[in-house]
Amino acid sequence: MDSIIRVNGKEHHVTAPPDQPLLWVLRDNLQLTGTKYGCGEGQCGACTVLMEKRAVRSCLTPFSAAAGKNIMTIEGLEQNGELHPVQQAFLHEEAFQCGYCTSGMILSAVALLNGNHHPSEDEIVHAMNGNICRCGTYPRIVSAIRQAAQKG
Amino acid sequence: MIPTSDRELALELSQHQVRGRLHWFELGRRDFLKLAGGGILICASVRQLTAQEAGRMRRGPELPKDVAAWLYIAEDGRVTVFTGKVEVGQNIRTSLAQQVAEELRVSVGSISLIMGDTDVVPWDAGTFGSRTTPTMGPQLRLIAVAAREMLLGIAAQAWGVDASSLVAADGKITNPKTKQSRTYGELTHGQKLVKVIEGDPPFTPATEWQIAGQPVGKVDGTDFVTGKHAYTPDMTRPGMLYGKILRPAGFKASLTSLDDGAAKQLANITVVRDGDFVGVTAPDLWSVEQALGALKAEWKVPQQISDRDLLSYLKANADKGESEPPTTTGSVSQAMQSAEIKLAQTYSVAYIQHAPLEPRSALAEWQGDKLTVWTGTQRPFAVRDELAGMFRIPPQNVRVLVPDTGSAYGGKHIGDAAVEAARLAKAAGKPVKVIWTREEEFTWAYFRPAGVIEISSGALRNGTIVAWQHHNYNSGPAAIDTPYNIANKRIQFHPVDAPLRQGSYRGLAATANHFARESHMDELAHAAGMDPLQFRLKNTTDDRLRAVFEAVAEKAGWGKQKSSRERSFGIAGGFEKGGHLATVAEVESGPNGSLRVLRVVEAFDCGAVVNPNGLRNQVEGAIMMGIGGALFEAVRFENGRILNPHFSQYRVPRFRDMPQIDVVLVDRKDLPSAGAGETPIVGIAPAIANAIFAGTGERLRAMPLRKG
Repeated sequence: MDSIIRVNGKEHHVTAPPDQPLLWVLRDNLQLTGTKYGCGEGQCGACTVLMEKRAVRSCLTPFSAAAGKNIMTIEGLEQNGELHPVQQAFLHEEAFQCGYCTSGMILSAVALLNGNHHPSEDEIVHAMNGNICRCGTYPRIVSAIRQAAQKG
Repeated sequence: MIPTSDRELALELSQHQVRGRLHWFELGRRDFLKLAGGGILICASVRQLTAQEAGRMRRGPELPKDVAAWLYIAEDGRVTVFTGKVEVGQNIRTSLAQQVAEELRVSVGSISLIMGDTDVVPWDAGTFGSRTTPTMGPQLRLIAVAAREMLLGIAAQAWGVDASSLVAADGKITNPKTKQSRTYGELTHGQKLVKVIEGDPPFTPATEWQIAGQPVGKVDGTDFVTGKHAYTPDMTRPGMLYGKILRPAGFKASLTSLDDGAAKQLANITVVRDGDFVGVTAPDLWSVEQALGALKAEWKVPQQISDRDLLSYLKANADKGESEPPTTTGSVSQAMQSAEIKLAQTYSVAYIQHAPLEPRSALAEWQGDKLTVWTGTQRPFAVRDELAGMFRIPPQNVRVLVPDTGSAYGGKHIGDAAVEAARLAKAAGKPVKVIWTREEEFTWAYFRPAGVIEISSGALRNGTIVAWQHHNYNSGPAAIDTPYNIANKRIQFHPVDAPLRQGSYRGLAATANHFARESHMDELAHAAGMDPLQFRLKNTTDDRLRAVFEAVAEKAGWGKQKSSRERSFGIAGGFEKGGHLATVAEVESGPNGSLRVLRVVEAFDCGAVVNPNGLRNQVEGAIMMGIGGALFEAVRFENGRILNPHFSQYRVPRFRDMPQIDVVLVDRKDLPSAGAGETPIVGIAPAIANAIFAGTGERLRAMPLRKG
C-alpha cells in the first residue's frame, strides 16, 4: 500500500503493507525511534502516539488506519525549541528512571490534558493505567501531570 | 555486606550466575575451519571452552592505576570519564559524574561519561550487586583527586610557587595571591594525564561536599523526554537486516523437523540453521515476521513439572550438587529446650520475571573476524567473553557497546540476544538487529528463582529470641543471616537443580529471605504478645537498624491507630549490601480477599547520600516494583511452556496499584556511601503480609500474597 501519512505536521509518502503496524512505519520507514516497542499487544503503552489528538497504541494501529491522518509523536511535541509543558514537568519532577516508557507516558498525558485541563488524581490514574513504568515512577508521573495541568 | 574485595566479588558473582544456555552453535564447517585456523576442534570442546572462560572471569584483570585510563581533560576543559559500569535507569551516569565533579572541582555539566564500551573503558565485572556506588564511586574519586593534584602541580611549576598555595575550583587553578588563573584545559593542552596512582590520596569528606550530596538532575534528562536517546532497539547500521529466532515449542526441546521451503520463497530472506538454532533475516521487521511465520518446525518437548508441583519439587531435589554446610552458632537444640514459645513455619516465593520495558535486543556487525555488538547488558565484558567463546575468536576481537538501557533489574547479565544477532549476522554477511518480543521476554529470559524457606524459632515469654533456624531452598543465600541478636542459630542455603532457567534479580534472594524472616518475626511478636516494633527493637543492638525502625515508626505514626480491616499496619526491616531499611505498610482488606496498599513509609540508610533526589526515586521505584512480587506476580508454567507470557496475563504494578509513598532518608555523612538500587525492595512484601495479618488475622506465607 502506498499512502501519505502526516507525522508531526510533515507529509510523508510511505509504501508498506496495509496491516503493518503504525509503530513500524514510524520507527523503520520514517526513522522516528522515539516511539517504543514494549509488548506489541496494546498492554504497556510504550508505543503511544496521538492520532487526531487522541492517544492510540501504534503497535495495534494498522498503517491503513493511519493513512491520511495527523499523527503526533514525541519528536513533534517540542515547539520552536521549547519543550511542551508536559515534557518540562516530567523533566522537573524527574518522572522517569530508565526512560523507556517516557515517550508513551508523555503522549498519554498530553492526550489526557487535551480533553481535561484539570484532571483529579483519580482521573489521572484512570487515564494512565494502560501505561506501564516498570521502574515504578508512577507517583512522580502523577505529580508531573498535575504540575503540567497547573501551568497549561 | 558491601562487596569490595575479590573474594566478595566472587561470592556476589556466584549468586548472579545464570544456569543454562539458550544456544550451542556448531557453526558451519567452513566457518569453523576458518575460525580455528584450519585446526581440528571437536564440538564437545565448546562447552569446555565456555566454562573455562566463565571460571576465569570470576577474577577480573587488575584495574589500571593510571589516571589516563579513567579520565581525560580536553583543551576546552571538557572532562571525559571512562567506566565499565552501565546506566540502566539507576542514575549512576549522574551520581558518578557528581563524585568526579566534587573531587576534580569542576561542574557536573563539564563531565561526560563513556560507559560500557569494552574497547575504550577499563575492565569491569559488571553493574550488579549495588556495587557501583561503593566501588566505582571511590575508584573515580581517587582518579579525580589524583588528576586535581597533577593540575595543581603543573600550575605550581609554571608559576614557580608551592602547589599548596594554589586553589583548584570551577575547572581552574588559581593563585589567590597573584590572582593568576589557568583553566584545566590551558594547563593540559589536551595531553593525557600520565600518572600512576600510589597511596591513598584523601577524599573530600561528605560533610564538605558541594556537588555530591545535592539533588542534581539526570545529566541527559532532556534526551529522555524528547525521544532523542537511542536505546539498542533504536540503533541502525548501513545495510542492516532484522533477525528473528524460531523459538522451540518448549524448554529443553529438540528440533525433529524443519520445513523452510515457504520461507525461502519470500524475497530477501535468509534462513539460518545451526543445530537446533533456527533464525531468519530480512531487510525489515514486517518481512522478517512473515518469514518466521512461514517456517514449519516440529519439536520434541520432554515432560516437565508445572508450577503446581514446584514447592514439593524444590524440597525433594535439594542439595544434589554442591552444598555449603550450615552456618551454626551455639546450640539450637539445647536452646529450643529452654524456649517458652516455639514456632516452625514454611514460606515460599514464586518464579517471577524482570519484565524490563526495553526487551532484550542486540545489533551485531562482523568485519572479517572482528565482531561489534550493541546490546543492553549489565555485563559488557562478560558478554564480550561469551561472544568470543561462542564464535571461537579472541576476546580482543569483540567489541561490546552498551547504550543507556531501558532497565534491567538483574535480568540482563548475559548476552543471549547478542549471541543470536551475531550468529545471524555471520550467516547473512550483514549487520543484524534482533529485538525480542514480549512473549520471548516472558519465556526465554531467565527468571528470578522461586524458593521455599523454613524457619523455626524459640523465644522466652519476655520476648528474647533464643534459637533460630533458617533454611532456604533454591531462592538463594543473599541476606540469609538474621540481623537480630540470637545466641543459637543454624542458617543454611540449599541449592536445587531448578526446573526453570534462573538467575539474578534486583536484591537477589534478599527479598525472599526478608519476607520469610520478617513474617516470622511478626508471628513471634504476636505469640509473645508484644508490639511487632518493640519486639524487633528488643532483639537488636544494631544502631543503624534501630535508627531506621525508629525513623519509620515516627513518620508512619506507628502505634497511634489500631489496625482494622479498613486500615491495618505492618512493619518490617533489615539490611543488605550496606543499606539499612525499615518499611511500614498500611493496607485495606476488602471482601473476597481484595486488597489495597494505601500507604508505604520507608526509612533508608545507605551511608552518605550522593544524590538525594535520585535516591528517593530508587526507593520509591523499588517499593512500587516490590508490590508486584509481593501481591500478584508469578510465572505459571507446565511441561516446558510458560502459561502467562503476556502483560495481560502476568500482572505488573500499574498506576491503580500506587499507594502514597513517604521516604525518609537517613543521611549518614560519617559513613561511606553504599549502593541503593536493590535493598529498598526487600521490606515491602513482609510489611504488607504483616499488615494483612494485623487487619484480618490471616497469615499469608506465600508470595505472591494475592493472586488477583
